[in-house]
Amino acid sequence: MLDVGRHPNLELLAYSEVEKVEGEAGNFKVTVRRKTRYVEEDRCTGCGACAEKCPTAVPDAFNEGLGARSAIYSYFAQGIPSTHTIDPDHCRQLNGKKCGICAKTCQAEAINFEQEDRIIELNVGAIIIAAGYDIFDPSLIPEYRYREIANVVTAIEFERLLSASGPTEGHMDRPSDRAVLAEIAALEKKAKKSQKALDKLEKKFDEPSAAFYGKYQAGEYEGDEDRKKWADKYASHLKIVEPLEELKKKAKRFTVAKRLAFIQCVGSRDFRFYPFCSGYCCMHSIKEAVIAQEHAPETTSTIFGMDIRAIGKGFEEYKIRGGNNSNITYVRGRIAEITEGPNNNPVVTYENTRERKVESREFDMVVLATACAPTKGIGTLAKTVGVELDKYNFIKTSSLSPVDTTTPGIFVCGCAESPMDVPESVAQASSAAQRAAEIAFQSELEKEKAVA
Amino acid sequence: MPDKKEDIRIGVFLCHCGSNIAGYLDMEELEEFSRKLPHVTFVLRNLYTCSEGGINEIKKAIEEQNLNRVVVASCTPRTHEPLFRSSCGEAGLNPYLFEMVNIRDQCSWVHMKEQEAGTTKAKDLIRMGVAKAALLEPQEPIMSEVQRRALVLGGGIAGMTASLALANRGYEVVLIEKEESLGGMLNNLNKLSPTMTDAGALADEKIKAVTGHVNITVFTKAKVTEVRGFIGKYNVDIETESGVTTIDIGVIVVSTGGRAFVPEGLYGYDGKRVVTQLEMEKLLKDGLDTDIKNVVMIQCVGSRNEERPYCSRICCQTAVKNAMLIREQNPDSKVSILYRDMQMYGVENEEMFRDSKAKGVRYINYDPANPPQVEFDKVRVYHPLFGRDMDLPVDLVVLSTPVVSQEGAEEISQLLRVPIDENGFFLEGHVKLKPLDFATDGIFLCGSARFPANIRETVAQGLGAASRASIPLAKGSIVVEPIISVLADEDACRGCGLCVALCPYGALEVRTTEKGRKVHVIDVACKGCGVCAATCYQHALSINSFTDNQIEAQLEAFLD
Repeated sequence: MLDVGRHPNLELLAYSEVEKVEGEAGNFKVTVRRKTRYVEEDRCTGCGACAEKCPTAVPDAFNEGLGARSAIYSYFAQGIPSTHTIDPDHCRQLNGKKCGICAKTCQAEAINFEQEDRIIELNVGAIIIAAGYDIFDPSLIPEYRYREIANVVTAIEFERLLSASGPTEGHMDRPSDRAVLAEIAALEKKAKKSQKALDKLEKKFDEPSAAFYGKYQAGEYEGDEDRKKWADKYASHLKIVEPLEELKKKAKRFTVAKRLAFIQCVGSRDFRFYPFCSGYCCMHSIKEAVIAQEHAPETTSTIFGMDIRAIGKGFEEYKIRGGNNSNITYVRGRIAEITEGPNNNPVVTYENTRERKVESREFDMVVLATACAPTKGIGTLAKTVGVELDKYNFIKTSSLSPVDTTTPGIFVCGCAESPMDVPESVAQASSAAQRAAEIAFQSELEKEKAVA
Repeated sequence: MPDKKEDIRIGVFLCHCGSNIAGYLDMEELEEFSRKLPHVTFVLRNLYTCSEGGINEIKKAIEEQNLNRVVVASCTPRTHEPLFRSSCGEAGLNPYLFEMVNIRDQCSWVHMKEQEAGTTKAKDLIRMGVAKAALLEPQEPIMSEVQRRALVLGGGIAGMTASLALANRGYEVVLIEKEESLGGMLNNLNKLSPTMTDAGALADEKIKAVTGHVNITVFTKAKVTEVRGFIGKYNVDIETESGVTTIDIGVIVVSTGGRAFVPEGLYGYDGKRVVTQLEMEKLLKDGLDTDIKNVVMIQCVGSRNEERPYCSRICCQTAVKNAMLIREQNPDSKVSILYRDMQMYGVENEEMFRDSKAKGVRYINYDPANPPQVEFDKVRVYHPLFGRDMDLPVDLVVLSTPVVSQEGAEEISQLLRVPIDENGFFLEGHVKLKPLDFATDGIFLCGSARFPANIRETVAQGLGAASRASIPLAKGSIVVEPIISVLADEDACRGCGLCVALCPYGALEVRTTEKGRKVHVIDVACKGCGVCAATCYQHALSINSFTDNQIEAQLEAFLD
């Protein structure tokens, strides 16, 4: 990313969308909408002071909604460009409320609430589509109960949990436990507030609330309106404190997830959703299991898959090392159902095809290896740019021209073409660059000919 | 060496980075501290040193204060060193008389809750940076011309694709093939999955394009016997039947392919009733004997075992493709594939896999601990779903053997001084981020020489390697950062060659000089990693801007 940001031949138009493409190979005219950031790019230094002071918390898309960001933000810390952006859906100022704290904070004077979208036109010889992919939404699979069972997460969510800069600082805290801790924090805030009110009353009547309440309930202060208010306050305080204590007791027993299950082909190789194999998920499950065990050596992982497709360079060796050194067991089979057992533990039911038995096993957390889905905007993009899609909505190519789309001069690389892993994407990116350069060279050649 | 009498005047610029640094460290104290450091004649604090204003302050101070060394204490050289360096250059100061101190990423950000300790650490870091800056020496970037001609080793589909790609962009290509004709593995294949393209027809088409291209010179029955030089300036000997030709070359693409493992002694392999998938291709090409009714294929023969632990990626696709072609040629035949995992990754392969089931190909999973037994007219296999052994009648057994490294790969790796991995495949510069580059600049890689690849992947990699190789060709010259290894003390060098063996970039060689055997640094190939300087027990080698005395000065400053 840094190299991209720094290369003298590379103009980066982030936060922008292609609106129109005209012309042909060697001479395209591309209309681009530069969406307003409400931040002047040439002024913003990316220091992040604005984000620190912004009072609005928004679920953080980069952390898969597991954490929060502010309404002025950069997508993630190392993002290029580091220019911040105001989220117009959540910014108080842009929604007619009084705020503007970011503008006051920004010493570079980069905030501009009046900024508008800009339309620019580019003249280019070739176009490369590298629009990537989306993660399949596993809540479409009813039997896996994603979102119903807190401790069933997707691989990308688990990736964030494993990350030292993620919402749990790399600890495998279970989402159900994190929800309880969040509830405790909220109740503690409430309790503190109601305790403050009680403190005043205790001072006024010079008596602890509990002692007073006993007497009140025995009917001692009948008809005393002031004391009735105190009693009501205390009763509602108890309604906060009692469950709080219960939750705290429960939280004492929380441990990190130690028994992990990884479920392969979630949405892939599935006729209801995507019949194709997403190619990279077997390896990312193994990798996540290896990292989890590195982080907490007592962690054990079971990977459930139909075939474990460790097909890249060094992959099979990595898979075997995972089994030998990282407490990974590979079980051949497809998971039929996930249910919730005691202690919010997900229970997976599957057929052990080697033993010819239906088995159920309880885990602390279940990680779903979700399919590589064509990116949502791909239909619009394909139409705008003028290329065909295949039957799954990936950009259509052929095996002898693997990066050529159906339109000359327009090329594709990475998961916009079909699911692939990092080394393959990197190699394909170079292939697309080569094809684009060929077009540029040929059109230069023709120009020279025309001049001659 | 710097003039000892040179009056060293160091300017220190302390960046607040908004509140990223100033919010956690005591900047006033750092300013006061910096003023008292040796040779420091100017100190300035900026809100953002990297902003236009901050940069102008640096330039102004260089001119007005007559500074001859600049230290910026701010974020990280990863992002900002190039900017500060070039700013020094713009003000007339040699860019390598600049030193950066990281007081943000490695200080204020990690010590957000410890202002005092963080400030003390920042002082240490600044003192160290200033001590080093006093000893910095000017450097000049190194430039070298690039011969605009590529050498492609191997005339299979990978090499032909790469050659055509480069030639289509106007570069001269020399393509070397060891066999009599181009085409490589395509010449031995029948149809290519999943499109069932005719391999021979594809080979013919590509060969025609290659041999007809004005920019491509083909040498067949040829081999490279000697490679001298480095990126941009290789000088290569090519041996053919008619003698040795020597050519100047700028970049090299390795596309030597792989070959099929021959399963001698496995599953009764005899090349007749028990054949390999490669032999199966020929049987299908010639037309299958109509008597062949029962075929069993066995996957992972000679791979995913102790000797060859890797999965060869493409054998499952080949088996599925051939199974369907057998069913097509002999519609009443039965074909079963005995497998461990069906490696039908991606969109097209999985689709072909499903098709094959619809077309009657049968699949039985086997456990490598209990492999199938091949007998004269049957194959016995334990069927896990039935929980018992099954006997499958056979007229033909087909063994799916892995792609193994090409004959002579080791020789080529030595000629080019590039590594091969434990399985004999060429080892790329970075498994994820540089799949088509070697660590050594100027040499690139594609196709099954790297790792088994199907037609789609091979074509993509051929194009990709051409793209990578075209970068130095397009530039016509290379400019290298001068922070590289130098033979600082020639007399001390004994020409032992330890550094040569350890250099990951092939940037060192031992030459015989008037003073005896001495190491020579190929400056354009050196990345300045410092392995050689750290290894040299004679302290003969040194890295510019990271010399022993500069690093010692930093350490002394730290211990002060």
